[in-house]
Amino acid sequence: MATAAVTHGHPPTTTGLDHRKVAIWAFIGSECMLFASLISTYLIYKGRSVVGPFPHEACNPPLCATPLHAILNIPVTSMSTFVLLMSSLTMVLALAAVENKGKPGYEGLFGSSKLWLMATAILGTTFLGFQAFEFTSFVHEGLTIRTNLFGSSFFTLTGFHGAHVTAGVLWLLTLFAIDVKRGLGPKDALLVDISALYWHFVDVVWIAIFTLVYLIH
Amino acid sequence: MHAESVSAEQHHVMGEVHEHPTWKQYKWVALILTLITVGEVWVYYIPSFVAGPLFVPTLLILSAIKFVIVVMFYMHLKYDHRLFRVLFTGPLIVAMCTLLALMFLFSKLSLTR
Amino acid sequence: MATAAVSPAYAPTEPTGKSGIWSWLTTVDHKRIGALYLYTSLAWFAVGGLEALIMRIQLQGPNGHVVSAQRFNELFTMHGTTMIFLVIMPLSAAFFNFLIPLQIGARDVAFPRLNAFSYWVYLFGSLFMNSSWIFGMAPNGGWFGYAPLTTMPYSPGLNIDFWMLGLQILGVSSLAAAFNFITTIINMRAPGMNLMRMPIFTWMAFIVQFLLVLAFPVITIALVFLQFDRFFGTNFYTMTQGADPLLWQHLFWIFGHPEVYILILPAFGLVSEVLPTFSRKPLFGYPVMVYSGMLIAFLGFGVWAHHMFAVGMGPIADSVFSVTTMLIAIPTGVKIFNWIFTMWGGNLRFTVAMKFAITLVALFTIGGISGVMHASPPADLQQTDTYFIVAHFHYVLVAGSLMGLWAGIYYYFPKITGRLMSESLGNWHFWLAFIGINLTFMPMHWSGLLGMPRRIYTYDAGQGWDNYNLASSLGAYIQAVAWLLGFLNIWLSRRKGKISGPNPWGAPSLEWSIPSPPPEYNFAAIPTVSSRYPLWNLGGHGAHGGSVIELSDADKPNPTHIPTAEELGIPIPYSTIKPLFVALFMTLMFGSLLLIHEDKLHLSIALVISFAFLMTVSLYAWLTSPLEPAHH
Repeated sequence: MATAAVTHGHPPTTTGLDHRKVAIWAFIGSECMLFASLISTYLIYKGRSVVGPFPHEACNPPLCATPLHAILNIPVTSMSTFVLLMSSLTMVLALAAVENKGKPGYEGLFGSSKLWLMATAILGTTFLGFQAFEFTSFVHEGLTIRTNLFGSSFFTLTGFHGAHVTAGVLWLLTLFAIDVKRGLGPKDALLVDISALYWHFVDVVWIAIFTLVYLIH
Repeated sequence: MHAESVSAEQHHVMGEVHEHPTWKQYKWVALILTLITVGEVWVYYIPSFVAGPLFVPTLLILSAIKFVIVVMFYMHLKYDHRLFRVLFTGPLIVAMCTLLALMFLFSKLSLTR
Repeated sequence: MATAAVSPAYAPTEPTGKSGIWSWLTTVDHKRIGALYLYTSLAWFAVGGLEALIMRIQLQGPNGHVVSAQRFNELFTMHGTTMIFLVIMPLSAAFFNFLIPLQIGARDVAFPRLNAFSYWVYLFGSLFMNSSWIFGMAPNGGWFGYAPLTTMPYSPGLNIDFWMLGLQILGVSSLAAAFNFITTIINMRAPGMNLMRMPIFTWMAFIVQFLLVLAFPVITIALVFLQFDRFFGTNFYTMTQGADPLLWQHLFWIFGHPEVYILILPAFGLVSEVLPTFSRKPLFGYPVMVYSGMLIAFLGFGVWAHHMFAVGMGPIADSVFSVTTMLIAIPTGVKIFNWIFTMWGGNLRFTVAMKFAITLVALFTIGGISGVMHASPPADLQQTDTYFIVAHFHYVLVAGSLMGLWAGIYYYFPKITGRLMSESLGNWHFWLAFIGINLTFMPMHWSGLLGMPRRIYTYDAGQGWDNYNLASSLGAYIQAVAWLLGFLNIWLSRRKGKISGPNPWGAPSLEWSIPSPPPEYNFAAIPTVSSRYPLWNLGGHGAHGGSVIELSDADKPNPTHIPTAEELGIPIPYSTIKPLFVALFMTLMFGSLLLIHEDKLHLSIALVISFAFLMTVSLYAWLTSPLEPAHH
């Protein structure tokens, strides 16, 4: 029939899903285009730098003031990649801990959302530490954002990614603070779920960057 | 708030739809991700493989596998409402096609040898 | 039991009972935000129109000297940027805001505070960009800002910085709104309103949000590269370092082409609301209208390089983009036919809104025809960068988009304000606009094919262009009168227009079932929908009877009381100033970057960090405060 009685509160959502979860996936869609543009530019400019340093080849005068080795450091970056991958695992455990708080199998350390949230934040910060180390050593070796096309596209792409990681770490620390203050339980699962989706997406972008920038040459 | 996200309340035997992955499955995912990454870095240091025609496709496929399992399992796209699959794969397809088109337009890829 | 709330005569006070400037600064009500978008964009329309008028005075005859070449560059840059980003998009946003919740039977959008934030970012971004006029350095690189022309060596002044930063700021507004409306349309439809029962305007709006979500990140990155080149000395557009002169063009047009569909689809949606109502017939081919909209959006991402046929991409690229461009004419053309068949055999009422709507159908077609002519690369080599292109896009944008938006204004003004606009004044407005637009832009097809280039500030006599330019300028002066009449109509009708009641047009969709203007909570009871045309007692495709929403008692001589939200127990979100502050600090943060080019690097960094901090603090305050009173 036509209309229902006057409703109090809010009607249920059309899909049964929370608004914020729908919104975060739409946001992730836009981020796909953002990083695709950055990655495309990096790939377009690959091999077109007029002067060194270069990512995968050595560089000799006159393209460099002094002879330089290939500047990317695969072993170190493999470590940071591993760290970020593990942070996705700890994130997933944090979400499980929040969703299942108090249930059998989730007691003690394994079920501690504070532990896993902080672990994820620490791993994320470790990744950023690796990035900082990488960036500063590159600068010392003569590659800045202004040096050549490689420097500009590399630092901008990985810088944007790092900025996203930083925002994610701040988000995680905020959740940790809330957990300390009033505790996070199953009713907060959505909040943690949304931050987890963001975090995993940032990890997934790094998977693409690691392959396309560091490994393929 | 009325909607409740699907939660992994009961631990089902693996293979049940509509529930989130279990801790067991998460461990496997982490292991596979690590192994693939080790594999990728391993082949990077084999000069003959790097020089060959399989290097780039192999790396692309390996990283695509990592991408897909993180999205399907960690981001539980496999288990969630179908809407999210649409919301993600649509933009992903547009992004990848745009990237591919740009590669062709800037002569980074070619259909002719 | 309870039906849609009874509509009274137009209440002398706002239904919310809140008034005053503070209520506007803190509003999170989608209807008020829609009104803010409407009036702000009309104000910028006057500014953009003035910019056009000055150009037409300059070009009225050969060798004009009303403005200098430099000033002319600023005028055409700001005219284009203003009309696209500060007028058409926000006018569309006004309708998204006002209409979407009402058409789907919701009480507000999914994220009311984010909605307010989008508006304030638009306002502050528009003011920031236009503040450049005060400093005598308005943007001057064209609305498309091609690098490397816009890089430091060729554009050392602050002009391009204003443009670049302004667009970044505005992009945030559009993206935030897109996430909001996507969530709203997916998640807040009334029971029974499945996707294929939504009004076509909401469908077109839905599609546009996806275009925004996918296109804006690309221009964001193009602008980031330009920012970094200009502020930090990177090399993205530095040819001496090996950069590619086409990078900007590709990135810009990957955004730019979907952008033009962002500009036209809302107007298409409005026309699809107006035509059926004034034909007393359902829209012809509803599913086709939906699918063609989706196809246009999808294909729209595959045609961008047709803006670059003259740069030398090679025959393969040219051919591919030529084919995709011709293909996209098909779903667009299909819509034209569907509108014609909607009117065919209908009981037509030629209200002003209807006239504007029919004009879009006819004149957009002209723009579409010239568009298909550009799709052929060899032909385009003759047409590109001439007034032939100017003719094309003004037909699709002014004679198309703007006509549709004005149809929406006349059609929805009664719903927004409770009063009808004057039909007699509206007819003067319409006919003068119709004559003026055609007189302005039709001759440009000829001057363009005779070789008159774009963006020139003056021209010599005797090239065959003089009479066409004279005609265009006369058309512009007629348009000026027309648009002034339009503003006058809005202003007068707001005060003295005839009271409209809830459904003055006898329209079929949900927004017409509630009072005009709607109460704060929109629907006293969320309706249950079982057809595409809830108020017309139609089934899915024809008059099979299906349930109907009972109309409110507008015919009763004694208006009764509109219940307040409190009486109905409906929680209303808190008004809050926080979104305004976040928007303000974000704008100031971006604006502080300008100081880098005033040799004040440290001050700039200090200000950027300070405003970023203030923005973050305001954001935390926003995120940690409740949206609305707690309720059961």
